Amino acid sequence: MEFAELIKTPRVDNVVLHRPFYPAVEGTLCLTGHHLILSSRRQDDAEELWLLHSNIDSIEKRFVGSLGTIIIKCKDLRIIQLDIPGMEECLNIASSIEALSTLDSVTLMYPFFYRPMFEVVEDGWRSFLPEQEFELLSSVTDEWRLSCINKEFSVCPSYPPVVIVPKSIDDEALRKVAMFRHGSRFPVLSYYHKKNGMVMMRSSQPLTGTNGRRCKEDEKLINATLRAGKRGYIIDTRSLNVAQQARAKGGGFEQEAHYPQWRRIHKSIERFNILQESLIKLVEACNDQSHNMDRWLSKLEASNWLTHIKEILTAACLAAQCIDREGASVLVHGTEGTDSTLQVTSLAQIILDPRCRTIRGFESLVVREWLQAGHPFQQRCAQSAYSNSKQKWEAPVFLLFLDCVWQILRQFPCSFEFSEHFLIMLFEHTYASQFGTFLGNNENERSKLKLQQKTMSLWSWVNRPQELSKYKNPLFEANSLVIWPSVAPQSLQLWEGVFLRWNRSSKFLDEAYEEMVTLIEYNKQLKAKVNALRRKLAELETDDRMQENL
Amino acid sequence: MEHIRMPKVENVRLLDRVSSRKATLGTLYLTATHVIFVENASETRKETWVLHSQISSIEKQATTATGCHPLLIRCKNFQVIQLIIPQERDCHDVYISLIRLARPVKYEELYCFSFNPKLDKEEQERGWKLVDLNEEYNRMGIPNNYWQISDVNRDYGVCDSYPTEVYVPKSATAHIIVGSSKFRSRRRFPALSYYCKDNNASICRSSQPLSGFSARCLEDELMLQAIRKTNPESDFLYVVDTRPKLNAMANRAAGKGYENEDNYSNIKFQFIGIENIHVMRSSLQKMLEVCELKSPSMSDFLWGLENSGWLKHIKAIMDAGIFIAKAVAEEGVSVLVHCSDGWDRTAQVCSVASLLLDPYYRTMKGFMVLIEKDWVSFGHKFNHRYGNLDGDPKEISPVIDQFIECVWQLMEQFPCAFEFNERFLIHVQHHIYSCQFGNFLCNSQKERQELKIQERTYSLWAHLWKNRADYLNPLYRLDHSQTQGTLRPQIAPCIFLYKFWSGMYNRFEKGMHPRQSVTDYLMAVKEETQQLEEELEVLGERLASLQKVQLNDNEVKSKQQDQNKELGRSTSNISLANTPQEYNNNLKSFPSRSPSQGDEEDSALILTQDNLKSSDPDLSANSDQESGVEDLSCRSPSSGGCLPSEDSGKDSDEAVFLTI
Repeated sequence: MEFAELIKTPRVDNVVLHRPFYPAVEGTLCLTGHHLILSSRRQDDAEELWLLHSNIDSIEKRFVGSLGTIIIKCKDLRIIQLDIPGMEECLNIASSIEALSTLDSVTLMYPFFYRPMFEVVEDGWRSFLPEQEFELLSSVTDEWRLSCINKEFSVCPSYPPVVIVPKSIDDEALRKVAMFRHGSRFPVLSYYHKKNGMVMMRSSQPLTGTNGRRCKEDEKLINATLRAGKRGYIIDTRSLNVAQQARAKGGGFEQEAHYPQWRRIHKSIERFNILQESLIKLVEACNDQSHNMDRWLSKLEASNWLTHIKEILTAACLAAQCIDREGASVLVHGTEGTDSTLQVTSLAQIILDPRCRTIRGFESLVVREWLQAGHPFQQRCAQSAYSNSKQKWEAPVFLLFLDCVWQILRQFPCSFEFSEHFLIMLFEHTYASQFGTFLGNNENERSKLKLQQKTMSLWSWVNRPQELSKYKNPLFEANSLVIWPSVAPQSLQLWEGVFLRWNRSSKFLDEAYEEMVTLIEYNKQLKAKVNALRRKLAELETDDRMQENL
Repeated sequence: MEHIRMPKVENVRLLDRVSSRKATLGTLYLTATHVIFVENASETRKETWVLHSQISSIEKQATTATGCHPLLIRCKNFQVIQLIIPQERDCHDVYISLIRLARPVKYEELYCFSFNPKLDKEEQERGWKLVDLNEEYNRMGIPNNYWQISDVNRDYGVCDSYPTEVYVPKSATAHIIVGSSKFRSRRRFPALSYYCKDNNASICRSSQPLSGFSARCLEDELMLQAIRKTNPESDFLYVVDTRPKLNAMANRAAGKGYENEDNYSNIKFQFIGIENIHVMRSSLQKMLEVCELKSPSMSDFLWGLENSGWLKHIKAIMDAGIFIAKAVAEEGVSVLVHCSDGWDRTAQVCSVASLLLDPYYRTMKGFMVLIEKDWVSFGHKFNHRYGNLDGDPKEISPVIDQFIECVWQLMEQFPCAFEFNERFLIHVQHHIYSCQFGNFLCNSQKERQELKIQERTYSLWAHLWKNRADYLNPLYRLDHSQTQGTLRPQIAPCIFLYKFWSGMYNRFEKGMHPRQSVTDYLMAVKEETQQLEEELEVLGERLASLQKVQLNDNEVKSKQQDQNKELGRSTSNISLANTPQEYNNNLKSFPSRSPSQGDEEDSALILTQDNLKSSDPDLSANSDQESGVEDLSCRSPSSGGCLPSEDSGKDSDEAVFLTI
């Protein structure tokens, strides 16, 4: 298919762009296969807007006489308005954008066409390999092994080809366990706590069904992670009620009788459309600029967004607490083990492991616990808060995770190597990107799409020094401790950087940030100067002494 | 002291507010000025000090199943303390003693009359002179061609709640002022609060006119005209009534009311609906109930916050300030502000507007001046509103608390605009209630003069000024754009995001606050920067002399080594470790127990607070030890709220809070 077929009008002059807090810009609108471009013709400060079609969540059109207006609502939550002279042009543009922003085939997406203009220093596709991760693990414990059982994605379609499992469990047993777990997602290692050797595993629900089926290999597998005489915790991310209902559909939970060394705790984290609805309501509240305080608070409350944040954070803290404070190993799962499970396991690692609070470590966490662990990004992030087409598998699961990270970052502003901008950048790229990183729903799909060969990795771009510097937290001072966030409602806040980003000017807050950077930079410069002078003085003094001795 | 029935009770338990099952055992002492709880645990002996004047209520709660007697003490600085006393009689004695101690009947009983910071007479006097209102009006450019100081209220002859020195239009004769005062509630005639020398626009304040349904007063009309004429560029004057219209109308029936536009030439009358002190009192009450909820859900909290209406009221006050600042700065129109008596809402609104208009009030000194000007001098009834002496509970209302919160909300929106930080605001609030300093005693200047406050007590401003290093905002810079001119905040609530101020209302729940303070971090950086600058100079000089003389000076060398050690800011003191909270406090949501499993085993395994939190250090409300005497406001960030640096190296996230 040619994109040209979809572009009915490639170019319109005298289009006016309206954005909140910016003066209107008049210019020429161009449509390409992947971008909507508006460039002002003024020579002095030529302004250009480049918008990826895939970033467009929904469009509305209105007409006043022959002047058409298109309102474009984006997945990054921004809303822009284009005034287009001429009804026909306007209609053409609207239908072209609609078609281009809802392409069915992944291979037509921009990452397959994007030609990077930068030099690749490090191939991001090879930056975070499970083998490297295993090497790190092997240096502290030899109780685990790397299994290639899923090499052809034959055992579990949503798992990566290699996974880390207890050494004492062979591939044959794994195959049996896979049969006993939803979507074949057998328990694998998620995190090893060096401090006390406790581990966090993740999986999907066991297929116990109504008649209480059991699987000896499954029991053996997870017991293999326990020290002699020690007990572990199973954190089920569903309420007991939901977990019990799952039995009717063949799912279920670990029965105490079969897992006597494990204590099960149910935490209720919402899923799918409930989360999507919540996002829609929240964004609606943030975009409503009526001046009434009560309405704002009740809308914020009714969106339940912060309730989800609190639930997810609480479950993650609990998992971390079991590992660090109780000295117990933990298994986390919900139903499929691809959403709330990953929220909990990844947040728990941020709390426990200082490495995950560095840029590199956080990237590695996203790769391990989200991409390789098979979070279906393509399904979850196809649409955002403005979309009319309500697909049941859409959900802002990853955005909620990022929001939780932001909440911890806000409580520990000096403990993270990255700043809020880094999280916002990741949010944007999960919904629309020139990079292939977040395409597909799992490693299996990604390998079929040959993303490594055909697209560029986000990490290749981000990890260049000039790009990285944008995301560094100037306050960062490595903190080797476990950080326990507060989950009290008083401690949780709306993430302004994402949800109020486009409908207010952040000028004063940006200025404060710059001021902070200036203070710290000046301090660093002075330190360097003082050290240089000291060295020089020391040299001179040694010279003196040598002359004296002569 | 005669009111103390029981000076000491042993084996008292202090409950943790977050987790009620956790308690520390200790001894309770009642002194003439404080309630003191001293922990038994010998290695820490942590002390919790509460000033009697901070106590807002004492409640005897139902006897526990174990036969103990809980006592709940709520404080005006939002500390809540729950004690459990073993003996009924002791509990009752403590209760009765505290009831009396918390409600003094004479000013002389208040702490400021016994508080002695060990300053000599001269220092005491200098302290009181730190804030000088005449100087302030001079700074505004007054007296000038339009405004003069009037001695009409010399001996409080016209209005006993006004200061003796009042600034009025030059053209307003004593006859006009006295005439106008007779037509105003409590004789609070229009007087100058703020003057903008750039455009001659000003903010004046008064009480409501006694207009009833039809009364008028020529002198009052002339007074307003005189005010309008001090601003020759503008052909009208805004009269802002800060009450809801309905309230103002109801006042007419009592012979009070508001200005009739027809009777006054060239005024524009405007209502701005800020609710009265009773609504505000109950709003705060409701919000504090939300703060006190034990592990509330997000919905409980947000719903309760909304239901309290607190942020709505804060917004109403802010919006009124924004309206007035806009009139003065952008339209160049003068404003007369009043409410009923002109000492609550009027004070709030005038001071918010001044703060928005004039960067000086956003400095530490300027903020002190602002409170002296708009609150202290103009007869805000501190004694009644903050219940310093036993009085009518219906007079109590968090009027200045709301103003202080408005300032905080502005600080959140304009992080570079204020010279002072959040800690400063919290300590000012604390001392408005503490009665440790004489500034906020009584209901008016006149009463304070009669009590000889300046001779007998000390000024808070001098105390804060002495410790100003603790209160600086590191992002403040005199030549920054946010420190110039008028602040123009947005209005919509989702844009000017009004936030719940946990730093104030959950001040003692340290576990709820960010664990690392950006302010303290940046202050440490700035301090180190200064040291580096100094060292750079010294090193430069030494280098120059060394190159010149080429002398081997052993002394210099050893000195340099000393400095080597000093250098390198220990920023690790901000890497505060902390402890987990209750992430699973809801026992009901606990896993179903299968019948096959014994209870015994269960209880050993179940993640209750008891076994999960047994090892946790105290995160409770009381980690903020307040001795009141000298400790509170002069606590430096490095000695108080932070972790000693040697601990941060170890992976001991438990030991940390204990050391505080």
